[in-house]
Amino acid sequence: MTNQRTQAEIVRQSLKRRYRKERRFRLYGMTAIAVALLSLVVLFTDIIGKGYTGFIKTTMTLEVVLDGEQMYLEDPTDKDQISMADFQAPIIAALQRYFPEAQSRKDVRELSRLSGNYASNQIRDLLQAQPELLGSTQTLEFLVHDTVSVYVKHADNPAYSIRLSEQQQRWVDELVEQGVVTTSFNDVFFSRGDSREPSNAGILGAIVGSLLTMLVTLVIAFPTGVAAAVYLEEFAPQNKLTDFIEVNINNLAAVPSIIFGLLGLAVFIGVFGMPRSVPVLGGLVLALMTLPTIIISSRAAIKSVPPSIREAAEGIGASKMQVVLHHVIPLAMPGMMTGSIIGMAQALGETAPLLLIGMVAFIVEVPEGFFSSATVLPVQIYQWASSAEQGFVELASAGIMILLAFMISMNGLAIWLRKRLERRW
Amino acid sequence: MNSMNATAIRTENMSEKVAKPVINEQPENAVITEGTTVGQPFADDPKFKLRNVEVFYGESPAIKNISLDIGRNEVIAFIGPSGCGKSTFLRCLNRMNDSIDICRVKGSLMLDDQDLYDPKRDVVELRARVGMVFQKPNPFPKSIYDNVAYGPRIHGLANRKSDLDDIVENSLRKAGLWNEVKDRLDATATGMSGGQQQRLCIARAIAVSPEVILMDEPCSALDPIATAKVEELIAEMSESYTIVIVTHSMQQAARVSDRTAYFHLGHLVEVNDTDKVFTAPDHKLTESYITGRFG
Repeated sequence: MTNQRTQAEIVRQSLKRRYRKERRFRLYGMTAIAVALLSLVVLFTDIIGKGYTGFIKTTMTLEVVLDGEQMYLEDPTDKDQISMADFQAPIIAALQRYFPEAQSRKDVRELSRLSGNYASNQIRDLLQAQPELLGSTQTLEFLVHDTVSVYVKHADNPAYSIRLSEQQQRWVDELVEQGVVTTSFNDVFFSRGDSREPSNAGILGAIVGSLLTMLVTLVIAFPTGVAAAVYLEEFAPQNKLTDFIEVNINNLAAVPSIIFGLLGLAVFIGVFGMPRSVPVLGGLVLALMTLPTIIISSRAAIKSVPPSIREAAEGIGASKMQVVLHHVIPLAMPGMMTGSIIGMAQALGETAPLLLIGMVAFIVEVPEGFFSSATVLPVQIYQWASSAEQGFVELASAGIMILLAFMISMNGLAIWLRKRLERRW
Repeated sequence: MNSMNATAIRTENMSEKVAKPVINEQPENAVITEGTTVGQPFADDPKFKLRNVEVFYGESPAIKNISLDIGRNEVIAFIGPSGCGKSTFLRCLNRMNDSIDICRVKGSLMLDDQDLYDPKRDVVELRARVGMVFQKPNPFPKSIYDNVAYGPRIHGLANRKSDLDDIVENSLRKAGLWNEVKDRLDATATGMSGGQQQRLCIARAIAVSPEVILMDEPCSALDPIATAKVEELIAEMSESYTIVIVTHSMQQAARVSDRTAYFHLGHLVEVNDTDKVFTAPDHKLTESYITGRFG
């Protein structure tokens, strides 16, 4: 009896210790999750804090007199005259109406730097399209210069005002007060390609480039990967050769992505003579990079199809091909698609291999097809982040947000597909 | 009352775990001579004529020189302790072992005087004649209708939708499932109870009108009521099909089968009429097994 009591005592003692251990273990887990969440919050706050201004554009609305004499322009249809004309003059004149005191050469130079570099082009294009407007007075909206834009957007932060003289700052403050300079949603960012001028640069070119590249990657990598996985899993004999292939596929999944860029450079450009920096080339390289991921995840998906289903089909007299096509592939499809989408998301964020095949070029035009020069989102972000202008920094952050939005929606799609197509048995 | 239960449980445990030491003290007529089977392994009008069958997994033998006839429209039960080779032997009868790379089958296996393992023989055609029902109910994750219709579809047994509908209805009727599912043929099969799923698998097997149905422990995952229904079904089907059933339940073998074959460590020890096996077996090992001295 006493013996039993002491045993119960011992168990109770050990129970206490066990509970302590369990609590401690749970604490470790919760700490780990808290740290992860905190870093995520810090990361997102930083990116959004820096980048939200990228979604805002600063414009000034001026009443400009399209005075031919001032612009040295008599006939807007004459190409020579157009190329010689001074389209900046009407803008300066319009600004001078607000600041009549600015007449010296220095003042005029400073005044002219308030409007964006492409403001004069806007007048030129307008006159070329509608020559009859020469001599009339038009209310036009111009993008302001990058330095003015960041000054207006970060009015409370002196770090953003160093590029403007005190006089310019006074002028801008005045213009903001009078409602000439205003901020609004940055539609330019979503409707244009890259530019040397931050306020004129857009991400549409990179988005389209990324989409075209991803499409090529998907079309090449998904069928190839699934077919390879099905063959290796279902039909290939087990021998040294297939073992060798399997080891190599697993190794390829871990090869640094820049190696695939070198391969693309050597094979696709060097041997096959494909053009540089086109979506087809980028897509091919990324397809090679994604292929191992897709093969591995598809094989895992095929392996997870319960053998009882195969037996059931074989037992009725389905041929190998019918078993695979009617049962194994449909049941493995959610897993294969999830793996592929995750592989595609990886490829979407890939920069290194694309740098090597020339997708880093400065490309202003929004790509029109698979064979026009293009850049992709991460490369665009990399280019902006390495530019000196303050305006590009916020664009880089805004670009990161766009990229993250793409990633999240792709992963969301993967989860939705899995939930939707998953069948239970 | 309590002590009785305890005894019952202990006996069961013994049959599972304490089996080995008993085997060591084998009685003198419990010797197995390879290739010889006690009782009546042969039939007058055999559906299957199996002679000197040997099966190897790699180098290790799983079936050692078995000869057996399976009669037309008879129900034969394979019993024996776990790992005795009864499932392996069953799977030779429709070549389900083919998908196992290391499995080799030797000897002569004839179905209606045609060699099962003839290299020219199409295994698909064979499996349409010799259907199979598995241990765990394994319906396809599709609708009830599609489950039954799958076999006729892939074999092209029905040209029109109405023919297919007839086949599905007949098969479900034969499997005693029609009244339970006729209103929800489009419902997914995996939502049915275990017993219904197993009867659906039987319906699926008979939908291709096979001559033989192999059943590999068809009731081991079912409760007693579902088991009773499946056994009833086997009794009905025995009129038109040859049925080979592997079972761990000796009561089941006694209830459903005409003949019983006792397997032991890859040998076919005894084949006799079921009544004789369970009342006066010829071989000492059979007797030890059916009286629960090992299992």
